[in-house]
Amino acid sequence: MLIQKLAAVMILVVLIVATAFTQEEAEEERVYDYAEQNHQCLKCHGHKTFHYFNENVGQEIRERMNPYYIIDSVEFYSSNHWNFSCLDCHSYEYETTFPHPNELRMEPLPVCLDCHGGDDTYEDRNWEQIDEEFQKSVHSTKHGADFKCSMCHNPHSYKINARTNENIKETIQYDNGICLSCHADINKYQLIVDFTNPNVLETHSWLPNQALHWQNVRCIECHVEINENMLVAHNVQPKEKAVRKCVECHSENSILLASLYKHQVKESRSELGFFNAAILNNSYIIGANRNYYLNVISLVFFGLVLGGIGIHAIIRIIKK
Amino acid sequence: MSEEKLYLYPMWLRLWHWTNALLFLVLIITGLSLQYSGVEGAFIRFDIAVTYHNIAGIILTISFAFFLVANRISGNRKFYKVKRKGFIKRLMKQFRYYIYGVFVGEPKPYPVSEKRKFNPLQKLSYIVVMFGFMPLIIITGFGLLFPEINLENVFGVAGIYLTVLLHITVGFGLSVFMIVHIYFCTFGKTVGSEFKSMFTGWH
Repeated sequence: MLIQKLAAVMILVVLIVATAFTQEEAEEERVYDYAEQNHQCLKCHGHKTFHYFNENVGQEIRERMNPYYIIDSVEFYSSNHWNFSCLDCHSYEYETTFPHPNELRMEPLPVCLDCHGGDDTYEDRNWEQIDEEFQKSVHSTKHGADFKCSMCHNPHSYKINARTNENIKETIQYDNGICLSCHADINKYQLIVDFTNPNVLETHSWLPNQALHWQNVRCIECHVEINENMLVAHNVQPKEKAVRKCVECHSENSILLASLYKHQVKESRSELGFFNAAILNNSYIIGANRNYYLNVISLVFFGLVLGGIGIHAIIRIIKK
Repeated sequence: MSEEKLYLYPMWLRLWHWTNALLFLVLIITGLSLQYSGVEGAFIRFDIAVTYHNIAGIILTISFAFFLVANRISGNRKFYKVKRKGFIKRLMKQFRYYIYGVFVGEPKPYPVSEKRKFNPLQKLSYIVVMFGFMPLIIITGFGLLFPEINLENVFGVAGIYLTVLLHITVGFGLSVFMIVHIYFCTFGKTVGSEFKSMFTGWH
């Protein structure tokens, strides 16, 4: 009887676990509506070489693809735009013409707000406010229309991170990679300016433990004006206005709580537990992490020691 | 009756002791400034406090290593040896002296001699400090100087946070020890005689 009951319980457990796994898999399963259509583009643009039949010479020709026009299909299909057709943004004529006419390249491409402006689906992303902030930023005021969203947010590969990734270190690495894709790459940097890109290692040489800082905070923590209403502020400041005072981060009211740890702070800040608990699970920031109980206990203990010594000394003097 | 003077504190020990004292002061002041730094509140500029704390910590490590070696070579380590039998009883006797005997003019139960530099309470506290707290604060200090050597995550909490918690707790313990140590140094023949001994070497 007992064995039968145990067997029944085990079967139930197996079924529950199996159902949970199936649900998880079902949630993750994606249907790529435009995979077949996009393949027409990616069979050339997804590779370093492409081939075509050259009627003039009457033979199959293999050529190298311009590296700037190669799309990593794995990256694309895991990006935010994974269920887009290439033709959602690029001209339909690309599909029907080969070689592609040069004029097609001159056609303006859609900008982010063409789709995302007034987008109710992602209202919480504040697209319009992002645009307002960006217009005030040094990126926009210095470079005008030359600086497009896509310079940072590559539409073929961009993945939202701060909101969805629980691993802060990965978010930091990803976000800093966006800044460094220009600021550490002269070829991309010179798409909008003529001068040489300053060496970020040298311009940040004043920063103690440089590598450690770069692994644990995003560039935007110091270079962007914080906006309480946005998860990722976009008003990049001129270098003169960048944060340089250590205590801006290394203090109880660390600015990181309003930027890097903003998402976690909403859920975990507590005055009676660990101060700045949001930071705890990921790292330790001198001056920003404080323990309420340890502070109280140490103060009481210190007071008792000093009080004890004082009383002892007074009795010694009296009894002398 | 004039007691015979004892040469208890050789030059190496005095140099180490006062170096240690100075480093303790620097580390406590800069450590407090770092832990309670605020946008306006820090009494030492953050980056300066970090630099001084790191330098003092490294010198303290060297000084501690020097102490371990010199303690062994010079034979000073014999003063730290504990005879377990009756140690608790001796501790209580010394404790009773501090909370009662000293007020009524009782003689010291374990006066300093050539063979006994520390009373039982001193011995216990010095053993805990020198062979427990000091290695702990040095190891955790290096954990903070090179954060990459810490465990990434321990039961859902950043490993470095546990390191820092231990560092701060032991640092607090050592700060308390220093204050108590200074007070107990006033128990010599005169209030200042023990301090003088640590300068001259003669007790």
